[in-house]
Parts: sequence; C-alpha cells; structure tokens
Amino acid sequence: MAGVDLDAVAFRYEDMRMQFDLHVADGEFLAVIGPSGAGKSTLLSLIAGFERADSGHIRIGGQDVTHEHPSVRPVTMLFQDHNLFAHLHVAANVGLGIHPGLKLTVADRERVDAALEQVGLAGLAQRLPSQLSGGERQRVALARSLVRDRPVLLLDEPFAALGPALRREMLDLVRALQADRKLTVLLVSHQPEDALYAATRTAFVHGGRVLQVGATRELLDAAAGAELRAYLGEFQVRDDGRRN
Amino acid sequence: MIRRLVPGALTFLLLGLVIGGAFAGLLRAAGTVDYGGFLESSYTRRVVAFTIWQALLSALLSVGPAILVARALARRPSFPGRALLLRLFGLPLVLPTLVGILGVVAIYGQSGLFNRLLAGLHLEPRQFLYSLPGILIAHAFFNLPLATRLLLPAWSAIPGETWRLATQLGMNSRQVFRLIEWPLLRQVLPGVAGIVLMLCFTSFAVVLTLGGGPANSTIEVALYQAVRFEFDLGKAVQFALLQVAICGALVVAGQRFVPDVPLTPTAQRPQDRPDIAAWGGRIVDTAVLLAAAAFVLLPLAAVLRNGLAGPVGAVIADRALWLAVARSLAVALAAGLLATAAGWGLLLTSRELRLRRYRPRAAATMETVASLVLVVSPLVIGTGLFALLSPVADVFAIGLALVVIINAIMGLPYVIRTLGPPLMRVGEQHDRLCASLGIAGWNRLRLVEWPLLRRPVGTALALTAALTVGDLGVIALFGTQDTATLPLLLYQRMAAYQLDAAAVTAVVLAALCFGLFAIIERGVGGHGRR
Repeated sequence: MAGVDLDAVAFRYEDMRMQFDLHVADGEFLAVIGPSGAGKSTLLSLIAGFERADSGHIRIGGQDVTHEHPSVRPVTMLFQDHNLFAHLHVAANVGLGIHPGLKLTVADRERVDAALEQVGLAGLAQRLPSQLSGGERQRVALARSLVRDRPVLLLDEPFAALGPALRREMLDLVRALQADRKLTVLLVSHQPEDALYAATRTAFVHGGRVLQVGATRELLDAAAGAELRAYLGEFQVRDDGRRN
Repeated sequence: MIRRLVPGALTFLLLGLVIGGAFAGLLRAAGTVDYGGFLESSYTRRVVAFTIWQALLSALLSVGPAILVARALARRPSFPGRALLLRLFGLPLVLPTLVGILGVVAIYGQSGLFNRLLAGLHLEPRQFLYSLPGILIAHAFFNLPLATRLLLPAWSAIPGETWRLATQLGMNSRQVFRLIEWPLLRQVLPGVAGIVLMLCFTSFAVVLTLGGGPANSTIEVALYQAVRFEFDLGKAVQFALLQVAICGALVVAGQRFVPDVPLTPTAQRPQDRPDIAAWGGRIVDTAVLLAAAAFVLLPLAAVLRNGLAGPVGAVIADRALWLAVARSLAVALAAGLLATAAGWGLLLTSRELRLRRYRPRAAATMETVASLVLVVSPLVIGTGLFALLSPVADVFAIGLALVVIINAIMGLPYVIRTLGPPLMRVGEQHDRLCASLGIAGWNRLRLVEWPLLRRPVGTALALTAALTVGDLGVIALFGTQDTATLPLLLYQRMAAYQLDAAAVTAVVLAALCFGLFAIIERGVGGHGRR
C-alpha cells in the first residue's frame, strides 16, 4: 500500500514560504499543474527527499518518511534531464537501480534485460545515452524505475522536451507500467492536456500551496478560482479531450 | 552530513599550519630587529623601488602585446597552425624558469641570435641583457603567452548575435573594438594584469640570473641573499614582511577585479565578424601572430639546439645528474599528489556547501582564500619556516620535505582552477540521481566521480607536478649539495659558468618536465572522448 500523504509540510526557499497538504490514494495517477515557480517541482522533491521539510509530515504507505534519505524512500523520481549517467551504457544505467555499486548477479542482468524489453528498448543495452534519442533516454530511466520496484513514481516533467505524439506514447507507457505494477504516479506537467490524457485526478499548485484538487475533467471544466482561470487562460476542455 | 565537510577542513588545516607557521616564524623573529633603520636604509628603498618598477614595466610589456595577439587569434579562427600556436603558448607556464632564461640568453645575449643579426647588418652588437631589459624580456617571454590565454576567452564570451548585429550595422574594425571588444576587455584586463603584475613582483629566478648584481635586486632576491649569503635572518624577515605587506595591498586594491577565467583554451570557433575580410587587418594579424610565435618559439629552439650541441655524453654519464633527476621526480610526485588531494578535498566541501547547504558565498570564500596563497611567495613561506624551525631542527636536512609542502600549497590554486568547474558540474547534474539510487562513498567515487573527473584530475596532477619539477625557488633556500634537485644543479652549473654542461642539463630538465606532464596527463586522464 503506497498512498502519499503530506500534512502541513512547510519548506522555505529564499523568500518563498511553501506549505503543502496533499493526499494521494494508493494506485492513483495524479497530475500536478500550475505556473512555473509555483512549487510543483519542490513538492515532488520533498516527497522524494531531495529537499528536507522544515516542519510537517510526509507519509508514504502510512510510514513516516519525513526524515528518511532519498535512497530508502519507496519512491523513484524522473527528472526533466540528467536522468542518466552519460559515461555509462544503458544496461549499467538500469543496473544501478538494482545495486548502487553495479555488483549484479546473472539473475539481476536478466531483470535489466526484461525491464529494457518492457519499455521497448530490447537490443540497445550496450548503447551510450548520447547514441539515443530524447524519448529513448527517458525510457531507460523508466526501465530503471521498474527494476528499482518502488511503489511510487514521481515524474517531474520528464517528457516536456518531447513532441506531442511522443509525449502521448510515453504517457501510454507510464499508464501501462502503472497498471502492471500497481504504481502510485504523480506527474508534474505544464500541459493541461497531459493531465486530461493520463490523470484521474489533478492538483493545482500556486504560490507554494495546493489550491485545488479534484477529478481532472471537472477541475479543468469548472476552472474555479481566479488563479486557476489565469493559469488556464483560453484553455477549454472539449468532449473529445483535445485542446480547443 | 558533517562527514562531507571534513576534507575541506583538512586542507585548511594544512594551509593554516604551513602559512600560520611561516607567519609565526616571521613575527617572532621580527620582534628582535630594528624596523625603523631597515625602512630608512637606502638599500631597502632602492630594492623596493626597483621591485615595483620592474613589475609594472613587465606587466605592461606582457599584457599590452597580449591584447594584440589575443585579438588576432580571436579574429583568425582558421589561421594555419592556430591550435599549435595555442599549445605553444601553454608551454611557458610549465617550462622550468631556468630553461626559459637560458633560451632568452641564447637569443638576446652577447653572442646570441639578435646580436648576430645586428652584426650581419653591420651594426654595433649590444650587451643589454644583464640588467632591466633582460628581466623585462624574460618576464614577457613567460607572461605574454599566459596573458594571451587568459584574455582569449573574453572574445568567446561575445555572443553570435552581437556579430550579426555588428555586420548588419556595417561596423568597421575600429568601431568593433571600441563598441564591442573594449567594454568586455575592460572587465577582464585588470584581473589579468593583476595576475601578471603579481607574478613579476614575486619573480625570483629571472631576477636572480638576469638582474646582474645588487643594483637590480628585487625583494624576493634580497630575501634569498640575506638568508643564504649574509646569514642575516633578521633582514630576511624584514624583507619577507615587506613583501607580504605590498602584495596584500595589491590584492586588496585588485580584489574586485579578479576574473574567473579558465586556463584551458576554448575550442569554440567564434562567429564570423564583420572585420574579418579586410586586407589591412589580415596583414596586421598575420604579422602579430608570426612575431608572437617567433618570440616564444626561438628561445625554446635555441635551448634545444645548444643542448644537443653540448657535451651530452659527459653530462649524461654524471651520477650527480641522475641523483638530482631522482630527487626532482620524487619531490614533484609528492607535491603533485598532495596538492591534488588537498584541492580535491577542498572542492568536495565547497560543493557540499554550494549545492546541498545553499551556502554559495561560504563556498566561494573557501576557494578564494585557497587561491590567495599565490600572494604569499614561496620564498616568504620558506623564510618563515626557516625562522620557525632553525632553532629546533636542521632545516637543510628536512629541506626536501619543506620543498614538497610549500610547492603543494603553491599548486593549490591551479588544482582549484582546473578541477573546480567540472567537479561542480558533476554535482549539479548527478547529485539527485545519486541520492535517489543510494550511490555514495566508494561507489560514487568509482562509478560517477572518477570516470567523469579523471581528465581534469590528470591535468591538475600533471600541472602541479610539472611546476614543481621546474621550480627554482624554495629549493634555492634549503638545497645543499646532497639534496640538489635538477633545477638547483642547473643553477649551480650556470653560476659556475659551466655553460656547455648547463645547456645539456637544461634540455634534460625540459624533457623531464614535459615528459612528466605528458605521462601523468595521459596516464591518469586516459584517452577517453570526454
């Protein structure tokens, strides 16, 4: 069981004071939207442990992880870039998810191959990241999240640099993995249509707070509150789920 | 984690012990001497005046032409042999000072190439080398290439859009200089000039060999003579304190201008400039680059020629030479390793402060303080340690150990410059990923830091080791017959006017220095593409 609960998690970065309250159910796919500088990435970094909360509590699957090191939290996070070590080949990059010193057994190597196959990269194990496309690199990072086998997957705009078609393809892959592994997924995105496409619920973050949480379509349809309306602008949800 | 602050603390402990110990020695000895009389003496005043005068002229004659050379290099991205020229300009930094001096003598000395040219033109040969002109030429030989390489990055900082705009507006060469290049240069020039000024102010071997007598003594040389020949430690201490006071004042004056320019040449090709095609500019640039190349290359070639024409067999068969080579190698490797380890440790801690504790100012202060050791000249530290230790130990017996430690500290700024930026980049790109995967300690060193940093580590180690191999400074203070390194042996031969043997020894020293540099850089840095 791996719901994510943030209770009055406070964090201060330079002059910005943030405080987050958020409850994500086990196995849920939640999108996090909001203007840049609102604190979306900080929210994910707090859950992953890259930033330490000044006060408040973070629980994952009921366990209080507020003071845990990032590597022991039941969480994998994908960043926008630098998800891979450029000097290590694909298999090593994935293998690091199993053992941080790359001491791998035969069974471990088979797991790496299986994960690569599952994300559609069979046969590319010996390539260097520089020999892959942007989408393929993020697939390697997803393969590593598979072998790490942590129940919570945090995505910090990892597909932002990809074109619309490729982005959907990656979201499809994430959804397939989520269904397969019963993952809890939090996706930070700049694109409301990503939220519509993949997330059952969406949280709107503004000024270091979670202002609204709700079913994605209703939240975007209602566009309640001045901040959300200002953020969405002309964006309208149509029946086919596409941008107007 | 407190653990990550330990390496930097250790480096500062080393710095504090050595520099603090040196100052303790200086100040304790200074209590017993007559300071008023020292400052009043005409000898002191003459030495101080000459030190400042020659440093100012040297800086002017190095940085002024360097502007022309750097501009010509920036304007001619496809000049034939440009990359080779940049490598050539890297040599004087590593070249043992005495070898460069011998080269300068071979070109501008009484029977040098320059005078032979004059004779060929039926002009009176001139003897000008062993006084101020000799010092200036040698300082320019070492510092003009350095200043060029420090200035060149200023041009790469000009964005391509600026050149497009300048082209669209139809600017000519002079307008480009006034409106685009000069404003940028004005930011970096004070810093570069300050570095060169400081190097010339504390320059030792050049003034010792080319000064031509007490009339042209600098503080650094007066310090050395007081210790080695007059056995007047009180006088040495006074000169050392004076040196520190003036250098400190220079640094405080120039502090705001110190630029953060990399020592490695940039490989980037500048965008096309509007004034690239003009014929006048082409001719001027070609002339400037050829003259600069000749200025640096001729002395080097002369050293090689004279050395190979000398009594090679006799010098090579001398056991003293190989003992000196062995001592030099040991000292250089020890100093290089100590400098690299200390610098790496300091950088790990400053990275921790910068990236994980959000204390960038504290981190920058750490790096600056460690870089400021360039201000305290090695002879000043040497004199201080001499004063501190001579009552309790035989300083000549532990001389080589002191040479290692002082040279390691002097190498620290080079390590920080070479290794700092890539180390910071590795942290910025990979810290979070390493934290999330639990890659730490030995695993992180083995899998992440070492593969990504072995090149700059190799360069830092090679640079500090090569600088130590060629150093005639501290060793002149502490060296004896039994502890002579190769530069000291070379100096003894020059001082004894065994010029043929000296010429051969110089080639051996240069080969040792460049060989060591190349082997370490390749061996440690590897051949990888990164």
